[in-house]
Amino acid sequence: MQAPSTLAASALSLGYGDRAVVQDLTLPIPTGKVTIIIGPNACGKSTFLRGLARLLPPSSGTVLLDGKSIQETPSREVALRLGILPQGPIAPDGITVTDLVSRGRHVHQGWFRRWSSTDDDAVEQALTATGTLELAARSVDELSGGQRQRVWIAMALAQRTGVLLLDEPTTYLDVSHQVEVLDVLTDLNEAEGTTIVIVLHELNLACRYADHLVVMKDGAVVTAGAPTEVLTEEVVTDVFGIRCRVVPDPVSETPMIVPIGRHRTAS
Amino acid sequence: MSIVATTRRRSASRARRVSSVLFVAVVAMFALTLSYGEFQISLPDVVRSLLGLPTPAGVDYIMHSLRLPRASVAALAGLAFGLAGAIFQQLLRNPLASPDVIGVAQGATTAAVLAVMVGGFSGVAVSAIALTGGLVTAIAIYLLSWRNGVGAYRLILVGIGVGTALTSVTSFILTRSDVKVAAEALIWLTGSVNGRTWSQIVPLFVALIVLLPLTLILGRALSGMQLGDDLARAFGVRVETCRLALLLTGVCLAGMATAAAGPIAFVAFMSGPIAVRLVGGGRPVLLQAGLVGALLVLVADFAGSHLLGSRVYPVGVVTGVIGAPYLLWLLATSNRTGRGG
Repeated sequence: MQAPSTLAASALSLGYGDRAVVQDLTLPIPTGKVTIIIGPNACGKSTFLRGLARLLPPSSGTVLLDGKSIQETPSREVALRLGILPQGPIAPDGITVTDLVSRGRHVHQGWFRRWSSTDDDAVEQALTATGTLELAARSVDELSGGQRQRVWIAMALAQRTGVLLLDEPTTYLDVSHQVEVLDVLTDLNEAEGTTIVIVLHELNLACRYADHLVVMKDGAVVTAGAPTEVLTEEVVTDVFGIRCRVVPDPVSETPMIVPIGRHRTAS
Repeated sequence: MSIVATTRRRSASRARRVSSVLFVAVVAMFALTLSYGEFQISLPDVVRSLLGLPTPAGVDYIMHSLRLPRASVAALAGLAFGLAGAIFQQLLRNPLASPDVIGVAQGATTAAVLAVMVGGFSGVAVSAIALTGGLVTAIAIYLLSWRNGVGAYRLILVGIGVGTALTSVTSFILTRSDVKVAAEALIWLTGSVNGRTWSQIVPLFVALIVLLPLTLILGRALSGMQLGDDLARAFGVRVETCRLALLLTGVCLAGMATAAAGPIAFVAFMSGPIAVRLVGGGRPVLLQAGLVGALLVLVADFAGSHLLGSRVYPVGVVTGVIGAPYLLWLLATSNRTGRGG
C-alpha cells in the first residue's frame, strides 16, 4: 500500500442542478487519521463526501488530492489513491463474497495486467481484516446485514488506497455490528496508516472513534477538531436543535451526548 | 491454495466452460444446418465443399447458394442480437431493456423496409439505412424519456411505445406494397434467415469483426458498472464515456443484425438472461450471451424448417413462440420482485 495521499477541499461548492448543497467549504483532511463527519439530515455531509471522491463535480472550488485538482487527475490515478464506499451499492444476483471483493481490484487490472497472486493476497487480506474470510465461498445474497456491510468494506479495502471514504457504513446495523465496523476501520488506520473519512449518524460513536470530528450544518462546517475540544453542549444544540448534556463517555472519556426532551427528565 | 484463489478459480472456470460448451454447440448446429435437409450432404462432403475440393454433383450449389448463407446469417445475426441484448440489459440493469423490446430493432426494421420497399435499395445500402434507423430511434427514445436524467423503467416504457408505433408503420408500408414482394415482406415482420444473399450477410460479418472485440474490451467496464455508477467511478471507470460507447455498440449490433435477418423476435431479449443463468455468480456475460443467441437462432431455424411437420416456419416465428411467454412471465413477476425498475 502506498503512503496515504493528502486530501483537502478548497472553497468547494457542490449541488444538484440549481440546488446548492455545499457552499464554499474549505477543509483539510488530516492525513493518516480517522475523520468523522456528523450533522443533521440534509446538512450536505454525504454530498460533501461524494464531492471529495469526485463522484460529484464541483460547481466551484476544487478538491485537492496530493495538492492537485482531483478533477484534473486521471480517473485511474485517483482510483489508485482514493477509495470510497458509497451508500446503497448494488450486489449482482448470486455473486460470491470473493468475486465481489475482487471487484475492488478493478483499477489494478487491465487488458495487459491479468489477475495475479498480488490480487489474491489483497483480497485475502481485506477479507481477513474485516473478519469475513470464512464467508469467502458464500453467496452475498445469503449473508446477514452486518456480514454484507463488512464484505462491502472488504471490497473497498481490496482497492488498497491510502485514503478511504465511507458514507454511513453502519446504517441499518445493530449496535454490536456498528462497533464492529468502526473497530475494523480503526484497525486498518492503525495497521496501515490509512486516512479514513466516515460520514456517521451515531454521535456518541463518532466522538469515540474520531481523531478529527467535523460538524456540519446547512452545507457548511460549524467546527472541526478533536472531539473533546469541539463538541460542546452549545454546538449540539445549535446544530441538531436539541437541548442536551455532554458528559465524558465512561468507557473512552470522549464526549457523550445525553439529549434532553420534554418528558422523562429527573429534575 | 487459499480459499480466495480456489473460489475465484471455480467461478472463472465455470464461465470458461460455459463459453467452450456453447461454442462447440454452435459449431455442431452450424454443421447440422449445412448437412441436413431434403438433400443430405455428408459431413466429409460439407468440409470438402467448404474447402473448395471436388464434391458430388449438386453439393456445391446447395452448399454455397442455399445452406451456407442460411447458416451463416443465422449464426451471425444470433451472435449480434445476443451481444446487443446483453449490453442493454446489463447497462440498464433490467432484463426488459433489450433492443427488441425497447424499439431499437423496430427502428432498424422500419428504416430497412422503407429502403427496400419504397426506395428500392439493396445490399450494403440497406444495412446502412437500417443502422441509421436504429440509431435515430435510440436517440429519440433517449430524448423522449429524459426528465432530469433517464430512468431505466421510463426508458423501457417509452421504448415499448415507440416500438409499437414503428411496427404499425412497418405493417402499413407492407400492406401498401406489391403482392409479389409479400414473401420478402415476411422477413421484416418476423425475421427470417431463408433466402439471404451474401450481399446482405457480408456487411454484418464485417461489422461483427469490428464490434465483437470492441464489445469485449468495453465489457471490462461493465464489471465495475454492475455495482452502481458511484462505485464504477470509484474504481476509475469513465462511466459516461463507457456507457455511451456500449450503447452505441449495442445499437450498431442490433441494427446490422436486423438489416441482415429482420427483427428475429426475442433473441436479444432471451440470450442475456439464459447466459446469466448458465454462468452464474453475478458475472457480466457478453460473449456467452452472443453464443447463446447464435445457438438459439440456429436451433430455432432448424426446428422451423425440419421439426414442425411439413410446413416451413421462418425462424422468427419459432423464437417468438418461445420468447412471448417469457416476456409475459417477466412482466408479471418483475414488479413483484423489484427488478422492474
